[in-house]
Amino acid sequence: MRVGLMIPCYIDMFYPQVGVATLQLLEKLGVQVDYPFDQTCCGQPMANSGAHIEAKATEELFVRNFADYDYVVAPSGSCVHHVRNKFTAADDTPERRHVSAHVWDLPEFLCEVIKVEEFPWARFPHEVALHVSCSAIRGLGEQSMSERPNDPWFSKPRNLLQKVNGISITDFDRPDECCGFGGTFSVTEEAVSAAMGNDKLERIGASGVRYIVSPDMSCLMHLQGCAHRDREDFHFLHLAQVLNGDAA
Amino acid sequence: MKSVDQARNALAFLEDEAHERAFDALIWGLRERRDAAAREVAEWEELRTLASQIKEHTLTNLAHYLEMFEARATRNGAMVHWARDAHEHNQIVYEILSSHNARRLVKSKSMLTEECEMRPFLERRGVEVTETDLGERIQQLDDQPPTHIVGPAFQKTPQDVAELFHRVYGSDPRRADPVYLARVMREHTRPLILAADAGMTGANFAVAQTGAVVTVTNEGNADLCGNVPKLRICSVGIEKIIPGNDELAVFIRLLTRSATGERITQYTSHFAKPRAGGEMHIVLVDNGRSQRLADERFWPSLKCIRCGACMNTCPVYRRSGGLSYGATYMGPIGIIMMPAADIRRYRELPFASTINGSCSNVCPVQIDIHEQIYQWRELMDDAGLFSTTKKAAMKVAGAVLSNPRVYRAAAEGGLAALRVLPHFALYNRVNAWGRRRDVPDPAKETFHQWYARTRGRAKGERP
Repeated sequence: MRVGLMIPCYIDMFYPQVGVATLQLLEKLGVQVDYPFDQTCCGQPMANSGAHIEAKATEELFVRNFADYDYVVAPSGSCVHHVRNKFTAADDTPERRHVSAHVWDLPEFLCEVIKVEEFPWARFPHEVALHVSCSAIRGLGEQSMSERPNDPWFSKPRNLLQKVNGISITDFDRPDECCGFGGTFSVTEEAVSAAMGNDKLERIGASGVRYIVSPDMSCLMHLQGCAHRDREDFHFLHLAQVLNGDAA
Repeated sequence: MKSVDQARNALAFLEDEAHERAFDALIWGLRERRDAAAREVAEWEELRTLASQIKEHTLTNLAHYLEMFEARATRNGAMVHWARDAHEHNQIVYEILSSHNARRLVKSKSMLTEECEMRPFLERRGVEVTETDLGERIQQLDDQPPTHIVGPAFQKTPQDVAELFHRVYGSDPRRADPVYLARVMREHTRPLILAADAGMTGANFAVAQTGAVVTVTNEGNADLCGNVPKLRICSVGIEKIIPGNDELAVFIRLLTRSATGERITQYTSHFAKPRAGGEMHIVLVDNGRSQRLADERFWPSLKCIRCGACMNTCPVYRRSGGLSYGATYMGPIGIIMMPAADIRRYRELPFASTINGSCSNVCPVQIDIHEQIYQWRELMDDAGLFSTTKKAAMKVAGAVLSNPRVYRAAAEGGLAALRVLPHFALYNRVNAWGRRRDVPDPAKETFHQWYARTRGRAKGERP
């Protein structure tokens, strides 16, 4: 099993500790992981802005970097959603199709491929709020969505988080409403974006929780920016950091 | 033509925090009631699939069903007119009115006439037009377009309406009680209905097999407008056609549950023939619909049954307000319909979305709204409708992110990291992120540098 680790550009630059936690976690679970050195980005920042012409070369670089792997694993639902479901700027080749069909968001890989039962090294004696991104919920189907109330309820990220010793997960109002990040939306519609982020923090804050955990760091980057501005005392952690036993 | 600046309009809406809060709470409440109503129907998802298939079938055979509708309606005694566009529609309506010397028109329930900008057209020609539905009437009296397709005045609080009615009708400005306000409005519009020369409604559905126009309402004004005056005019978008009453049942179960969470409205009315001694005219309107139907990518928006569920769930709509879109149809469905009507004017609308996918999953006819928004964005690039600054920023981002060496140099050059990602580079507006949020600190050591330091350069190789 050849596993290629994809570290999204914003994690590389702003949150390297999330990349480290992902790598260490996979290794603790016995997975041997390659980190292709020439990787940059999946192309989503341009493609999601409509700039598919400008995204082509970046997507094709991604295909070259990861075409040889049986599994491509990334700690980011939105990047995985892009590679799996939106990878149309790159030329349609067998390699591109292979990459799209073999990319996994970390929670999916842990639940479905290696079927992790426990994280004996992980202890987190806190109440946490779990924020799952729209890409992970409605793009990748990692969790049932509130829009379909008759579907059986499930959540892969929550299942994983529940296996951490000492943790308790607290619910909050409107759990799967978008946090307002949305890529370049966060800049072009900055007022609405920040209003959405602050509303999300207000609802989480109302539940009394101060730890916010998410399998998507881009949502957290946005929420963290909103929180710091209002001097809210929140702590933001990627799911991989908690599962890896960091920062207990 | 200058494009609508949705972001700037949204900012103005957000600055009035009390109204923004009230609007979000009201509209989110509709979404919650919709969820509860959907939960009651075990086969909800199957119904959505069925409704989507019926619409797809009907749109695929649209000419057949339109001709069937025309034949049945004509046999029922109605007169059917065909309007290519908004102007033709308005012209036809005016000619019907003027041939009857009708000067006073009462109307109910029609977004299509908003789309055609019919009211100013008729008013310029001396026709007095009165909206009889509460929300529409409020907006008419305040000289404002609808802010929501189901509740045109949702953006106003009861207090706003109390003050408006006080100004216009002299009612008690302190009584912000919806029941009282509805009564005030009715007392003033009922005499206008009784005195009207003609009545007009839109249509929720037009049933091909029966030739009937169906309206779904709570206030009953469509029935008054359609039955009190001897002259009745129904404006119908050609996409409103459905095959028969069996199919209608599917939509009736979905429509109000999706819109407001009600199981059914007070009135589901079939207008099949003119009242005794009267006339019934049906104007079938294209106004760009055929062209959209021919578009491989964007035809699914024609399945829309105007329930407003996508707007109710949209976090951007709820925090921008309906007027911010500068359009007849607002929210997610507006984003995918309006650029088809005027791509330059509405070129920014597809970016007023986080593409979170909630809209597509509440849509009772399964329009893949968020996927269409995504495709409209791509089309704007193809059509050369990005601003020059955006195009330049995207080119730079694309060039940096497709070249590992250049990317490394940028990512590892301290603050330069902020210029690599379009989120921060776009329009050179780091400030646009930072105005209401803190900018993240670039790490002292990137993941890549950490890996090289601790693991060595080559794949899997240990240092």
